[in-house]
Amino acid sequence: MNPLINAKIPAGDIAEKWENHKFSMNLVNPSNKRKFEIIVVGTGLAGASAAATLGELGYRVKAFTFHDSPRRAHSIAAQGGINAAKNYTNDGDSVHRLFYDTVKGGDYRSREANVHRLAEVSVNIIDQATAQGVPFARDYGGLLDNRSFGGAQVSRTFYARGQTGQQLLIGAYSALMRQVAAGTVELHSRAELLDVVTKDGQACGIVTRDLVSGEVTPHSAHAVVLATGGYGNVYFLSTNAMMCNVTAAWRAHRKGALFANPCYTQIHPTCIPASDDFQSKLTLMSESLRNDGRIWVPNGKADSRSAADIPETERDYYLERKYPAFGNLVPRDVASRNAKTVVDEGHGVGPLANGVYLDFSAAIARDGLDAISEKYGNLFDMYQRITGENPYQTPMRIYPATHYTMGGLWVDYNLMTNVEGLYAIGEANFSDHGANRLGASALMQGLADGYFVLPYTIGDGLAGQLGNDPVPTSDPVFTQAVAGINDTNRRWLATNGTKSVDHYHRELGRIVWDNIGMARNKAGLQQAVTDIPALKEEYHKNVRVLGSADTLNQSLEKAGRVADFFELAELMARDALQREESCGGHFRDEYQTAEGEAQRDDENFAHVAAWEWNGEGTDPTRHQEELTFDNVALSQRSYK
Amino acid sequence: MSGTTGEIINVTIKVWRQDGPNSEGRFETHPQAITTDASFLEMLDLLNEHLNDQGHEPIAFESDCREGICGTCGVMINGRAHGPQKATATCQLHMREFADGDEIVIEPFRAAGFPIIRDLAVDRSPLDRIIESGGYITVNTGAASDANLTPVPKEASDQAFDAAACIGCGACIAACPNSAGQLFTSAKIGHLNLLPQGQAERWKRTESMVETMEEFFGSCTNHGECSEACPKEISLDFIAFMNRDYLKAKVKNRALTGQK
Repeated sequence: MNPLINAKIPAGDIAEKWENHKFSMNLVNPSNKRKFEIIVVGTGLAGASAAATLGELGYRVKAFTFHDSPRRAHSIAAQGGINAAKNYTNDGDSVHRLFYDTVKGGDYRSREANVHRLAEVSVNIIDQATAQGVPFARDYGGLLDNRSFGGAQVSRTFYARGQTGQQLLIGAYSALMRQVAAGTVELHSRAELLDVVTKDGQACGIVTRDLVSGEVTPHSAHAVVLATGGYGNVYFLSTNAMMCNVTAAWRAHRKGALFANPCYTQIHPTCIPASDDFQSKLTLMSESLRNDGRIWVPNGKADSRSAADIPETERDYYLERKYPAFGNLVPRDVASRNAKTVVDEGHGVGPLANGVYLDFSAAIARDGLDAISEKYGNLFDMYQRITGENPYQTPMRIYPATHYTMGGLWVDYNLMTNVEGLYAIGEANFSDHGANRLGASALMQGLADGYFVLPYTIGDGLAGQLGNDPVPTSDPVFTQAVAGINDTNRRWLATNGTKSVDHYHRELGRIVWDNIGMARNKAGLQQAVTDIPALKEEYHKNVRVLGSADTLNQSLEKAGRVADFFELAELMARDALQREESCGGHFRDEYQTAEGEAQRDDENFAHVAAWEWNGEGTDPTRHQEELTFDNVALSQRSYK
Repeated sequence: MSGTTGEIINVTIKVWRQDGPNSEGRFETHPQAITTDASFLEMLDLLNEHLNDQGHEPIAFESDCREGICGTCGVMINGRAHGPQKATATCQLHMREFADGDEIVIEPFRAAGFPIIRDLAVDRSPLDRIIESGGYITVNTGAASDANLTPVPKEASDQAFDAAACIGCGACIAACPNSAGQLFTSAKIGHLNLLPQGQAERWKRTESMVETMEEFFGSCTNHGECSEACPKEISLDFIAFMNRDYLKAKVKNRALTGQK
């Protein structure tokens, strides 16, 4: 086995692995926990829940967020819900079924043992969140309500109106603030990680920049946990928040942590299309709309008539036509790809011909305006606020947008990267969703990692360090890292080129979207491998960052983040190029069935690609972690 | 993709610039042409791009999700917190709310409890201090019983949710002539005090959060500007609920209930 990628999956039956592992791990006794310092970076669902839980256990925790408050993290924007195998609806759900659905939904590119553990602890998350006061939807008897979600045949999704992420994050944030008050967690807000520090192959701390004063500071600890989210903003336009970035994960990667499956990105089918060149982000419209909306485009190309003027006979309800069994409810990747196909063929609608219609007129005629308003009123209002169009009268226009990234830092079963003492949790790691994430599973994974997995596994890693002090911040590994950051900041400010950081970010996003987007092919990916470094070189020579490093300077912050996106983008292209199959969110034009569906190559690609950084200007090394499927039979997905 | 879908309008932006917390501030005026389909913050992005091109430092302003849920954004627009559109955070406001030729005055949220960091960015950390002082339910991870063991009446849960919808943006405080923090604090207290899970710490929480709030913010004199400015339309009823609970907390013999 490759020594860099020992996944450390416990032996035994899939249903007993986690239980057995918990028993066999080393523990740190309660009075010794306070001797250990742990750094947690990021305060979204994963980071806040981890920091709070570690604090409760008695560890000395330092939590870092680059926001002004931990509650701002982008977990807050999740709308739909959170899955859990509670089987409160008595419709046949079980831990095994949630496990099965998640492995299948991930198109058989995730690790069975991790996914099973996720399904096991899912039930505890609902209990924990409810006890914290998360106001999940309830029925009239006062018990919790569930709904169904894509990719599942049972109702296992718990939800809090359309703001499930917000409510769960407020729960985790309040638990975190309780520990801040108790003194177990030291909270550093407006502090951005700019480097991960290692000594003798072991993570020993981080370097942060105070975004207000500009001060660059080293922080040491016995272990470092990255809960810093996904990298969807590499596309510039995505449903991510403006500040979401890959910097923490990428700088860990540059310090030796492997980056796994960077080409696995999820494109969400129902977002509002861009309306102009300087659009800053795309807004998601909940997937639930596809339950009642019918998707169509005009039969003719470049048809500029308004929707109402296009007769029924001249409309192509292409999903209903191609997938009679699932119709408008095909999975996210299938819906997205088909929208791209019809728009690329010239059937796009709207002033920029960059969308497809999502039409509620049939549902309104069938169920009445009030019923539709009851279900989707808030979404319709949001749509109208953004587009100025009334979706009760004219069909919505939608188009796919980048939403979530399944790839991330490679971790073992203990959620530790290949760098000793460096952990990655939540969207920042790669572990549970394979090549495609099911709806309502991101919140589940973030909280599973933070509340119920990492707090156990980190103790196993720390137990052996008892008696060791953290590396002092006066050590050269820290002073050099601080000097490096200060140098880089000076360089950005001295470049004095002609174009803004945003300009280059937008240009990079175009290359990534065109070549590593919903459908990829060899020629395009090879083009991207050439174009990205060329633009990167121009960026470093010609970017203009004004102001100083000693104050709040948002251009300077972005300059470093975009530099990391350039390097990541190149790796995404290489990863996509070498994965000569289609699976989940990774669709290669060359590898599809006669019906145009994704064609996996299980014989050659049932593995995780984990990339090793070899320094600037040197090609990275691709390592493989073979995936074995002992409990779920591999099959080709079909939604016909 | 190229071009735009909206109509182009010309507006004059009069924006507050301030280099640091202790520097003197000033207004700057910039003309800006913009499509009505752009969001308000995209208009500022574009202005910043122009400033950068001309060698002027961009205007510092905060935003993150741009979906009206994270609470990071928020400025005074023509004297109103989050601007003219009701129930709308700054990031969800679009330029079609403005007309060709309009002058738009943009200032930071102004409150003694929110010192200015730079330009339009302010320090709202007192809101975290209020949460820290009691805005939680004490339950360690792993200690929770099955979620359906305690039924919560749907009405109570729904009302708790109405309060919990607060995004912590601070517009209520910026809109208040006294810079009072009552709407924010009462939203959090209401969320937890309405639920069965929140009862054990109800009185202690209320007392502690109200008194922490008073360290940072002014007094409430029932203007109602807070609720008017709130992007989530949090009701003034929660302030009344908080005031009643505070009074009860003060008069209760809490030694007997164990909630000192």
